[in-house]
Amino acid sequence: MPAPLLTVRDLKVVIGGRHILHGVDLEVAASGTTALLGRNGAGKTTTVRGILGLVPRTGSVLLDGEETVRLATHALVRRGIGYAPEDRGVFAALTVAENLRLAERPGAREPAYDLVYELFPELRQRARQAAGTLSGGQQQMVAIARTLLNGNRLIIADEPTKGLAPKVVTEVAQVLERAAEAVTVLLVEQNLAVVRRLAQHCAVLADGRTAHRGPTAELLADADEARRLLGVGRAGHGGTVGTPARTGTPARTAAHPAAPTAEADV
Amino acid sequence: MSTVVLLTLTGLGLGALYFLVASGLSLIFGLMDVLNFAHGALMSIGAYATWWAASGHLPGAGSGGVGFALAVLFGTAVGTAAAVLLELAVIRPLYTRPREQILATVGVGLAVPALLSAIWGADARPFPGPEALSGTFGLLGAEVPLNRLVLIAAAAVVLTALHLFLGRTRHGLVVRAGVEDRAMVTALGIDVRKAFTLVFAIGGAAAALGGAIGGLYFGSVDPAQGTSLLIFAFVVVVMGGMGSLTGAALASVAVGLVQQFANYYTTAGLGDLAVVVLLAALLLVRPRGLTGRLA
Ligand SMILES: Nc1ncnc2c1ncn2[C@@H]1O[C@H](COP(=O)(O)OP(=O)(O)OP(=O)(O)O)[C@@H](O)[C@H]1O
Ligand SMILES: [Mg+2]
Repeated sequence: MPAPLLTVRDLKVVIGGRHILHGVDLEVAASGTTALLGRNGAGKTTTVRGILGLVPRTGSVLLDGEETVRLATHALVRRGIGYAPEDRGVFAALTVAENLRLAERPGAREPAYDLVYELFPELRQRARQAAGTLSGGQQQMVAIARTLLNGNRLIIADEPTKGLAPKVVTEVAQVLERAAEAVTVLLVEQNLAVVRRLAQHCAVLADGRTAHRGPTAELLADADEARRLLGVGRAGHGGTVGTPARTGTPARTAAHPAAPTAEADV
Repeated sequence: MSTVVLLTLTGLGLGALYFLVASGLSLIFGLMDVLNFAHGALMSIGAYATWWAASGHLPGAGSGGVGFALAVLFGTAVGTAAAVLLELAVIRPLYTRPREQILATVGVGLAVPALLSAIWGADARPFPGPEALSGTFGLLGAEVPLNRLVLIAAAAVVLTALHLFLGRTRHGLVVRAGVEDRAMVTALGIDVRKAFTLVFAIGGAAAALGGAIGGLYFGSVDPAQGTSLLIFAFVVVVMGGMGSLTGAALASVAVGLVQQFANYYTTAGLGDLAVVVLLAALLLVRPRGLTGRLA
């Protein structure tokens, strides 16, 4: 197996004297999608923010073998990371076009507007609309579009399907699946149907520590373990991925009768 | 009628001066959450540098025509440089400690006037200016001093330039985005600290220009001018909505006019009080200021 694209070792985050991460270990495989899982409050978002240097952290974050923990966020991101945060991070007072323009990296490669508008034709029509007036799903499209614009090596998406209607969840999942053919993805996700469809590998956090790492299929096949690590009964957060998986997606395990309830039928 | 015209134009001139100080203050607070108590000092630096150059100390500069324009340019440049230095040397090292940051700007705001009076004395110094601008012009029966127009024109130019900068340039886009969410700007790969320095430079330039032209309006410079004006600039920023340029412009005009008219038609000094009452009334009706948003 090729060396991981991102290796996180002993990541610790303390905010306001409170220990939030106690030493997270994580690898993002060189290609495909790696899921970061865990119950609410397990520390997934903090891990992502720690990786990016958006919160003070210690430990080691290797991007392609290079230590980045001392880099400022903008310098790290410029090495090829696209980030779609949990709250979407869309600038409400700016137009859609301006939101996208901010993600351009002058002096680097040409922004891939063709790709973005092919995936999200709607954004072209709404280019002059204030992003704050978009629907949640459209805002998520802006957030993802910004990560696809500049030929990144790694996309980090924090719960991109959260709070979206089932049809939009499917759309977002399809786009991420397509993106993952060309770029490595670290996906924080609670919708296990999406996880099952997209992620070959996963890491599970519990109480600010890594509790499990391995192939997604293996974890989801073991209902007791999945329930223990991920919790069950996340009604309203499950959702479905309505379209059939495309060919070339990771092998799906047979539906397990006792799978966590969050995993609706794919 | 002529009194109303004179009061209106004087109020607008004063409002223009407030805007030159408040625009930078508002942008700096909007983008960086820094209350820059040293902003009045930047205005004073602009005023003294202009006064120094126009009094014949800078070769080529003087009190008339092109020489005076050069003196204003020099004053603005010195104020801009001081603002950049302030950001790099005082503000930047203290980003993780906002309380110390505010105290540091208060310290600079006190130290600069003290330094100015130590060098040039605490008394007001007559401000040299071009003959052509010291006159008046007739408008609807009123004799209005020309320097009012200079101030209004300067503020209009600065307002237009800032609008173009914010609306049409990438740096301006970064500033507008940073006012909303600084962390997300860095997460898109943009070094937002460059925008901080830039906004300080722009705010310092506007304030220093205000000091340079304000010298014409007041007819003199003294070390405390900037600091006393800063209070009204803060009122303008709060009224206009933190980070809003249009709000600052509207509030500047309102404050300048209310102050002039109240001072004239009631007892002198009551105008300043009227401004505070105006602020309180506005905040009761619209807690987020006139616009509550940028540009
Ligand atoms: N800035 C902060 N200050 C204090 N506590 C914080 C801060 N950020 C996160 N926490 C705490 O750290 C813990 C982990 O939060 P985090 O947002 O990383 O969890 P998460 O796994 O992303 O949860 P969710 O699934 O709900 O998004 C929570 O208990 C949270 O309250
Ligand atoms: Mg989270």
